[in-house]
Amino acid sequence: MATKRVSGSQAVILSLLEEEVDTIFGYPGGAIMPIYDALYDFDQQVTHYLTRHEQGAIHAAEGYASVTGKAGVCFATSGPGATNLITGLADALIDSIPLVCITGQVASPLLGTDAFQESDVVSITLPVTKWNYQVTSAEEIPEAIAKAFHIANSGRPGPVLLDISKDAQFGLFDFEYKKCTKIRSYLPEYPVDPFQVKAAADIINEAKKPLILFGHGVILGHAEEELREFIEKTGIPAAWTLLGLSALPSDHPLNVGMLGMHGNYGPNIKTNEADVIIAVGMRFDDRVTGKVAAYARQAKVIHLEIDPAEINKIIKAEVPVLGSAKKSLRMLIGNVNQNSHEAWLQEFRDCDKIEYEKVISHDIHPKKVGLTMGEVIRIASEKTNNEAVLVTDVGQHQMIASRYFKFSKTRSNVTSGGLGTMGYALPASMGAKIGQPNRVVFAVAGDGGFQMTIQELGTIAQYGLDIKIIVLNNNFLGMVRQWQQLFFEKRYSFTEMKNPDFVGIAKAYGLASQKVTSRDQLEDAVQAMIDHQGPYVLEVVVEKEDNVFPMVPTGASVSDILLEP
Amino acid sequence: MKQEYIITVFSEDHIGLLSRITIIFTRRKINIDSLTVSASAIPGIFKFTIVINETSDRVQKVVAQLEKVVDVIKAYFNTNAEMIFQEIALYKVPIEELFESDKIEKIVRNSGARILEITREYVVIEKTGHTRETQQLFDELNIFGVTQFNRSGRVAITRSSIEKLSEFLKERDSLLEQVD
Repeated sequence: MATKRVSGSQAVILSLLEEEVDTIFGYPGGAIMPIYDALYDFDQQVTHYLTRHEQGAIHAAEGYASVTGKAGVCFATSGPGATNLITGLADALIDSIPLVCITGQVASPLLGTDAFQESDVVSITLPVTKWNYQVTSAEEIPEAIAKAFHIANSGRPGPVLLDISKDAQFGLFDFEYKKCTKIRSYLPEYPVDPFQVKAAADIINEAKKPLILFGHGVILGHAEEELREFIEKTGIPAAWTLLGLSALPSDHPLNVGMLGMHGNYGPNIKTNEADVIIAVGMRFDDRVTGKVAAYARQAKVIHLEIDPAEINKIIKAEVPVLGSAKKSLRMLIGNVNQNSHEAWLQEFRDCDKIEYEKVISHDIHPKKVGLTMGEVIRIASEKTNNEAVLVTDVGQHQMIASRYFKFSKTRSNVTSGGLGTMGYALPASMGAKIGQPNRVVFAVAGDGGFQMTIQELGTIAQYGLDIKIIVLNNNFLGMVRQWQQLFFEKRYSFTEMKNPDFVGIAKAYGLASQKVTSRDQLEDAVQAMIDHQGPYVLEVVVEKEDNVFPMVPTGASVSDILLEP
Repeated sequence: MKQEYIITVFSEDHIGLLSRITIIFTRRKINIDSLTVSASAIPGIFKFTIVINETSDRVQKVVAQLEKVVDVIKAYFNTNAEMIFQEIALYKVPIEELFESDKIEKIVRNSGARILEITREYVVIEKTGHTRETQQLFDELNIFGVTQFNRSGRVAITRSSIEKLSEFLKERDSLLEQVD
């Protein structure tokens, strides 16, 4: 490739173009101004979205990465700009979301002098990045960016951060770009070991009551098709983690529902009855396992996992299969027998029936006066033929939405799983909409989380991002209140909220909006929101003190899941 | 049951890597008893020798996390029995004590220590050994008043006949080829 003399700032943009980046979320400031200046000349190739806060930018980048599978790119300035990224980095690391974040830094001679807007970003972000690096000369930029994309995207994905000093942004050098494909110290994934696959297949072929638990790894590894083939060939019921949601269509006959604390009754109970558990791209989070000492002790566990550190971290694997979910499942499909487990599957259906009568029917078809979160979610899902993208915040509504929204396509569920970041939904939905412009995108938040990043309504308005925002307002921090009710003798310590007029706020941003307080308005309001061209804020006032059930109380076993208080 | 483990981390020579390694211990509230950073036998590859007191389960998990660090090539853990290891200690003792009797001279001879430097004011003694041994010498010399003392981190080498890392690097190359 011919070289050309450019500034470090131009090199940043040219390198991003080499990585096929066409979307950037960010917020300018002093130390990153040269990069923003270079960006000004590339408006045909790159669209930059100016958010209202750096946290908004990084969550938007996460939402974008989640729906597209491409690394999200985010810019911020030094000091407070960079520290505002921390929550997003932590979120992306724990949920394995590929991000490349670029922060400006004070000029290198000023490093360590407490210069204006100087903070030690590389040190601060060490525990919340997969990799980070400080660039202090222009010449390093192409290689650092190439390495950043390779690391962010490969193996178990994650966020990386490059901190580029202002003098490096100004420096001139001969630009040449070479993609990074290999780093000696870094093995993104192991080649799948055929012996392990054979050992796993032997156990699966003998299993009487096998259960598949699938997680985010299936989506991250583009293994949805392999998962479907695998479960269809073996006839094994498959349950999902919060981040595995949408990898398998909701209506698939072998999809037996959600695992964990507020998951479905069947998969939780049956975890402790299965003779073989096949975990695919999931990490046995404590919200999935409940009490580990009482989790699936009777089962032989087969763990398909890309990250060696996850093997035996929480649950001992009888047969670990290291490697990408796609390759592991493909090889496993070739080694397992065609089978069906009709009687075993029927046990899940029986559980579903119990759960429907005790919980679900009351949630999604309530007879009581007050509105439930569940019915709002059901209607939103039905009215979009279960084809929409769902972006959720954190709390009661997140669990309700994950339980009742239906999916037909993969990469349609965007949520903060591991970190549980309130304020995630609104900014993440911007990235989701930009990544999937032709699909309906719902952002669902509670009144608490919505107000944590409510300023992003400004970004949504500025770019006319057609997001259907549903605020499920119970004037409470609902999940904390639920715990206070159940485990803290109803001592509602600082969970009740006096909220602003959300419709008025939407209006002030120039957004269409409506408030619903009774059931007879609900269907029409949801329809009006979907039919509206452009962003829309729908506030639904729901029952103040509804609880999310089923529930595995903290410290209890999954088989002690409660259907009611 | 907790016991002493020696963790050996081989890495690229990059700024900031020491922090990235130590925070893995900090996060799990594991105290690092000793830490030595040095070159390895292979040019360009650095070696961290870390001593912790932990259970076998925890040490395995920590090593798995260390290996996740992008710039870490490989991490191993061994018990003390599996390694040859030493620490070095320096002791400063006032010179009068040396002239007044032959006690210090005897202690130095018996402990296999050596005298590094003698000035008009003090004598500096050097001793290489395990913590217990350098500590014992400290206790003996301290009767005469040790005015300065410093013990290094542990340096350690495996008892196996081959350098495991060289084998590992060959294997890694072929794995990297296969993943493409």
